[in-house]
Amino acid sequence: MAAVKNLFATRWGIIGVGVFIGVLATLLQKWGNPANMGICVACFDRDIAGALGLHRAEVVQYMRPEIIGFVLGSLIAAYAFREFRPRAGSAPIVRFVLGAFAMIGALVFLGCPWRALLRLAGGDGNAIFGIAGLAFGIWIGTLFLKSGYTLGRATPTYPAVGWLLTLTMLGFLTLMLVFPQVPNEPKSGVLFYSVKGPGSQHAPLVVSLLVGLAVGFLAQRSRFCTMGALRDLILFRQVHLFSGMLALLVTAFVMNLLLGQFHPGFEKQPVAHTMGLWNFLGMTVAGLAFLLGGGCPGRQLFLAGEGDGDAALFVLGMIVGAGFSHNFGMASSPSGIGPYGVAAVVTGLAVCLFIGFTMRQKAA
Amino acid sequence: MALVDARGLSCPQPVLLALGEMKKLGTGSLEILVDTDTSVENVTRAAESQGWNVKDVRPEGVGYRMIVEKA
Repeated sequence: MAAVKNLFATRWGIIGVGVFIGVLATLLQKWGNPANMGICVACFDRDIAGALGLHRAEVVQYMRPEIIGFVLGSLIAAYAFREFRPRAGSAPIVRFVLGAFAMIGALVFLGCPWRALLRLAGGDGNAIFGIAGLAFGIWIGTLFLKSGYTLGRATPTYPAVGWLLTLTMLGFLTLMLVFPQVPNEPKSGVLFYSVKGPGSQHAPLVVSLLVGLAVGFLAQRSRFCTMGALRDLILFRQVHLFSGMLALLVTAFVMNLLLGQFHPGFEKQPVAHTMGLWNFLGMTVAGLAFLLGGGCPGRQLFLAGEGDGDAALFVLGMIVGAGFSHNFGMASSPSGIGPYGVAAVVTGLAVCLFIGFTMRQKAA
Repeated sequence: MALVDARGLSCPQPVLLALGEMKKLGTGSLEILVDTDTSVENVTRAAESQGWNVKDVRPEGVGYRMIVEKA
């Protein structure tokens, strides 16, 4: 058991998981997901918000089964390896707010860290600004960590608490089965569907769900985290998680070459804009929020699956944040940042700095 | 023996606390309480990078009690 347990947490384990995600993410694009968006936790949470009608941006409405699979796959892995630990109570409202602003920042750039890597691997040069911004935001966050930033302790709680996000996701899946997509119809029962745009582009439900389950399972085992990758590199000069992130990038690049999905340039990149400064600053906000919340959007889903109720709240914050982001014109589009994109970045940065400065304990 | 209680704390605080204490001690023994397998792995990795050896990891409550040493 111990040997199996440690396998995915080794250097080669995390690299293997990065390769696995790189292969499947690019294949998902071939199987129907939007270009350079095989897997994007921010975009997919946003699409889920759209499917639920929390925002009415018609081009980004789809109940992404990958997200459902991530949480469920992680829960299965956690139970299989006796790691399911229901816990909660570490500044829940702060987690929620951080999730919301992480999403708002990510939607100024148009992607989570996973998609930033996939965009770069697909030849989108604008992603360089996003990744640089992400690293900058994380670097700011490490200064808070060094000066005693903490959201306090979570405590063990009822198993049902640890199950709540998984049950919510199963509820979403049920809705999707009860109200399946009707071709060229924007609505099926209570769910919204996109008839054009990124939300209309998706792999078959079963394929998306299975990939989600597999990635969720492996990511729970390996603790794959793109924010942690950069954080540990900056804070401890440690390359463990970073090697997984690099493996994802390199693998996706090679896969894109093989699949004919590599198109280098800055202009007219899929679901992307060319405003470098705002790509940078949007991801600065997101990176700082991820760090203060303890994980990238993917990692929050995996933590929620293994019973972390605070991570679950971060996820719900992201979904609600996506609603605000589109309703308030803060999200970007391929033509550039939204009318309130600048205000979103300024507010997001202010909120994150407020949290970072005010939630520090003197070193024990 | 010096003790770090990192139970319930988010990443990377268990590692930060453990490394801080190791730095303060220089050598000797240190007990670390954590509540997840992830923290056991992370603290192990960090300790070994600083030349400390993980002598024991024992289940305790819902988590683990780790003992690390450096001669």
